[in-house]
Amino acid sequence: MQLLTTPALWQYLVLGAILFAISMAGIFLNRKNVLILLMAIELMLLAVNLNFIAFSSYMADMAGQVFVFFILTVAAAESAIGLAILVLLFRNAGSINVDDLGKLKG
Amino acid sequence: MTFQTFIFYAFSAILVFAALRVVTTRNPVHAALWLVLCFFTMAGIWMLLKAEFLAIALVLVYVGAVMVLFLFVVMMLDVNFDSMRTNFRGYIPVGFTVGVLVLLEMTLVIVGARVGGVASPPVIPGSNTSALGRLIYVDFVYPFEIAAVILLVAIIAAIALTHRKRKESKHQDPGAQVKVRREDRVRLISMPSETRE
Repeated sequence: MQLLTTPALWQYLVLGAILFAISMAGIFLNRKNVLILLMAIELMLLAVNLNFIAFSSYMADMAGQVFVFFILTVAAAESAIGLAILVLLFRNAGSINVDDLGKLKG
Repeated sequence: MTFQTFIFYAFSAILVFAALRVVTTRNPVHAALWLVLCFFTMAGIWMLLKAEFLAIALVLVYVGAVMVLFLFVVMMLDVNFDSMRTNFRGYIPVGFTVGVLVLLEMTLVIVGARVGGVASPPVIPGSNTSALGRLIYVDFVYPFEIAAVILLVAIIAAIALTHRKRKESKHQDPGAQVKVRREDRVRLISMPSETRE
């Protein structure tokens, strides 16, 4: 049976798709909580990175892994700034509800 | 069933379960810990794909730094997280529908396109780390430096956003120093001169 030999490229891609769909559903489910939203975005980036690495490995092209390297960098920067905004929101509004984000205006 | 396949399916199952727990759990601390499990299993899968350097980098950077940052923030904030789950059940249908639709579409594209590639990942000559390093420092050196600048911007932005001025701290304000005028510092008083007794 083909499924039970060494995993093929499409199996990795489907795993990435499942992960992406889960995190997308998570964004809908936790629409109020900025913290869980940030975590769901991290999961999405992880799914994208899996696709990059799977393609890089199966097409024998290392450039994909370099791109994953850059995505990791940008994702780390994004989560640091996101958490800074979260702390700011908590200080100003006393909650981390998405609906209160407007209070940071001005 | 080869050992590789067994590892792949076992890690995939753990990964999907942990991801589901991240988005459905009630306590954000637990969500962060499930996310750590996600990163660990994903690092294992990346090892399977012969991307050793990135697997280790994922564990070091994400589990070691980013998730610790998340945990710090979760524990620092004193928020009533239960109040934020109002209408959680109300969003389940739409979230489920969108998730399943996205998954179906992607799977149709992936399986329908019959994406090729060789059955087993080819071995790239030399170690993964040296190959990656050669690529980054030779072909991608300019994007690499831009990434460094992005990190610097992130540092400055995070500090500038969360920095609070303390009242008792003694610091110079260059703007005020430059703006100062002669009248602010020197006052000429005309008064009768003293006479010698």
